[in-house]
Amino acid sequence: MKCSEFLNELTNYLDGALDDRTKSELEDHLAWCHNCYVVCDTTRKTIEIYRNSELYELPEDLRGRLRSAIMSKCSHQKKPGPQSV
Amino acid sequence: MSAIQPNVREPISDELALVRAAKQGDDKAFEELVRRYDRNVFRIAQHITQNREDAEDVVQDAFLKAYGNLAQFQEQSKFYTWLVRIAVNEALMKLRRRRPERMVSLDEDVKTEDDSLPREVADWSPNPEQMYKQGELREILTRTIQGLPPGFRTVFVLRDVEGLSTEETAQALELSIPAVKSRLLRARLQLRERLSRYFQKRVSGDGASRDGTSGDDDQ
Repeated sequence: MKCSEFLNELTNYLDGALDDRTKSELEDHLAWCHNCYVVCDTTRKTIEIYRNSELYELPEDLRGRLRSAIMSKCSHQKKPGPQSV
Repeated sequence: MSAIQPNVREPISDELALVRAAKQGDDKAFEELVRRYDRNVFRIAQHITQNREDAEDVVQDAFLKAYGNLAQFQEQSKFYTWLVRIAVNEALMKLRRRRPERMVSLDEDVKTEDDSLPREVADWSPNPEQMYKQGELREILTRTIQGLPPGFRTVFVLRDVEGLSTEETAQALELSIPAVKSRLLRARLQLRERLSRYFQKRVSGDGASRDGTSGDDDQ
């Protein structure tokens, strides 16, 4: 496997979406190609860091206010108009 | 090296029961759906709009739109995927309003493959998250992901931060599966490359050298 082929399969590899044969070829490549090993390892860390980062969490007080506003507008939407029977 | 494990969400059958109850007029059931997904919608919206007030509006507008159109939800996809689709569209509209000079769409910013090819291949410190204080780390991560084009950023957030499958991401963004995979690869590689500036081993002289560890333990 060449480095460019490895790169094409990187996303499938990290997502566990490769068949056994391709996975084994890719891991053979990683065993001797240090650059690809580093790219693979640091890409995996990139995903994990973002997944664990908790950027943009919704504070509980704001969350409560938004939910109240949503539910209040929902019940308004549902109310029949004055001309409806 | 193990595969990344997807985020686990609530069982779909439970979700479907809530959706059906909400369709019958049970507002408590709809409120439970809001409670279940409001944090996700807020994160997605803020990642796309990069503006907190807009993200708050998107949360309200997306749930209200979902509520108003619940009868049209055909149950062929998960409710959450359908909701994300509504939220992404609302968030993109906000972004367009803020940046009228640029037409923002998920189809733009598709550049040549070379953009994302790794140029700098430096190994990272063993625990990159610990190289910086919490606030600094958040700043780095926020600035780095905001630097991605909206089309790449959105795919990365749905797939890797929110844990949607490739198929769900494709449905939510109305993209083909190969388009999602291609953007995801490029988003991941671009983020990796940009974060390498902060996280690589034995960086010195730019304030990023807080890593006091020896840096000798490869792997």
